[in-house]
Amino acid sequence: MAHFTKATSVKDWLNQRLAIETVEKVMMSEYWIPKNINFLWAMGMVLVVTFALLLVSGIFLLMYYVPTVDEAFHSVNYTIMREVDFGWLWRHVHGVAASVVFLVIYIHMFTGIYYGSYKKGREMIWISGMLLFVAFSAEAFSGYMLPWGQMSYWAGMVITNLFAGGSLHADGLVEWIRGDYVPAQAFLGRFFMLHVLLIPLAIVGLIGLHFAALRIPHVNNQDGEEIDFDAESKKYLAGDKAGSKVMRFANDFMSKDLMVVGIFLIFLFYLVFWNYGFALDAINFDPADGLKTPAHIYPEWYFLWSYEILRPFPIDLGLILFGFAQVIFVLLPFLDRSPNTCPANRRGTMFKVWFWLMLSNMIVLTAMGKLPPEGIFSTIGLVAAVLFVVQWLALPFITSREKKV
Amino acid sequence: MENNSRRGFMGKAFGAVAAVGAVGSLVAMKKTWDPLPSVKAAGFTTLDMTTYQEGVMVTEKWRGKPIFVLKKSAEVMENEKGNPAAEARNIKIGDDNFMVAIGLCTHLGCIPAFRPAENDFLCACHGGMFDASGLVTKVPPPRGFDIPPFRIDGTNLILGEVGPEWQSMKDNGVTL
Repeated sequence: MAHFTKATSVKDWLNQRLAIETVEKVMMSEYWIPKNINFLWAMGMVLVVTFALLLVSGIFLLMYYVPTVDEAFHSVNYTIMREVDFGWLWRHVHGVAASVVFLVIYIHMFTGIYYGSYKKGREMIWISGMLLFVAFSAEAFSGYMLPWGQMSYWAGMVITNLFAGGSLHADGLVEWIRGDYVPAQAFLGRFFMLHVLLIPLAIVGLIGLHFAALRIPHVNNQDGEEIDFDAESKKYLAGDKAGSKVMRFANDFMSKDLMVVGIFLIFLFYLVFWNYGFALDAINFDPADGLKTPAHIYPEWYFLWSYEILRPFPIDLGLILFGFAQVIFVLLPFLDRSPNTCPANRRGTMFKVWFWLMLSNMIVLTAMGKLPPEGIFSTIGLVAAVLFVVQWLALPFITSREKKV
Repeated sequence: MENNSRRGFMGKAFGAVAAVGAVGSLVAMKKTWDPLPSVKAAGFTTLDMTTYQEGVMVTEKWRGKPIFVLKKSAEVMENEKGNPAAEARNIKIGDDNFMVAIGLCTHLGCIPAFRPAENDFLCACHGGMFDASGLVTKVPPPRGFDIPPFRIDGTNLILGEVGPEWQSMKDNGVTL
């Protein structure tokens, strides 16, 4: 048996058994973060806090929500909203945070693209991050089913129909996913399970992977500078804190992180208390009716850009391009052939234009996805969708010609 | 060496046990997600076709899906003449002509609205259009309305059962 000595303190007792001091150093006080960063580096912590809010509010909703087609709507709109004391708070926190979490995810993603934080040893950070995006998307969709209103039902109908694969007519697969010919009890039950257990488990696991992927290559910095973390941390520990290019994760970086989190939370709770309407679709306050399609079916704002890539084309081509849009971001570290790891604006005109065009095009696609598919909007949507695909196909050629800076 | 081969054997033996268990549990998981027998058994609807009026689109329900029933006027029948695609979809019961179809857009499954003035269907989701015989007149829908399996029994139409008329529609690629 390993040798243990009589503990001199609680800390020593734990230290002998769990090596808490070593763990603390590895994860916190000697986890080195570059000083050369800005508030955009706090988005990870903002996401952690938002996820925690979703988890806590979800736990309270789960106690009163009834996952049956006859009672789900009532349990949300009557029991939780009117009977349960502060039930409205959990629902509005859950709805608003679910919407805002995607805004922060997109900021986090485009920060990564702008600063080249997916390159040179940081590929797994990017890939695990994109897997998290997929898991969050599935979590958002499955959660959207649960109030069993008109938008829940019809979003469920339309999205599960995507699995028929257009001309493949895999109707059997669609019926298998639903457990019925149309979304009904079997469908609600399984999406409830996915939303409260399986997907959250996957998200927690992926968050672990995302953090682990960050630990060895360390976080990127504003100039994409390659930092010798061993040398700089020695300098810091020797007392030259000002001369060192790095700082401790805790408490140095955390204090700045939490400052940004504080500002974010004020914004979030402003929305929760005074402007929660954007996160609750008016049509979803009608109970699900399988014989009446709402006049306009559109997804929540964070799915609009990919929806708009599906919409202007005949079904098969639309599905192929939709699938393309879903996976192409994952491949970014391999499509970017440039040797440079630095901000997009310093990588030469081509990539600079590519980045800002991609960002604006995603905003245009989002706007067009919300508008009815008529007249000039149809045309703008089509052009934007084609441009999106062309930009990704052009990326390897643009970046392989990039000069070393 | 002897130990290594023993360990190798034990590893392979465990792999075999685990593989059988994994395949078995995957089968069980797949089957657990299948539609229940009660869901499948409730899949038949009988329509009395004498009750419909010309030019009035009625939505019936079969397997939770809307079924469009439109008794066609002589005018509509006149328009369809010479259009084999439209004629092939016609369902004749006695002297009456019907369009009977699953009322879901073949694009992504929204329910198109019937417009009595234009005598056609418009899907609000992505702007697809269908004429009175159920054929596409504007994309994105890839094909006309699907026709549910049916059997003609006198003046009744039994949805969910396969009759010779429907079988021939399916064989000729008129519906899926």
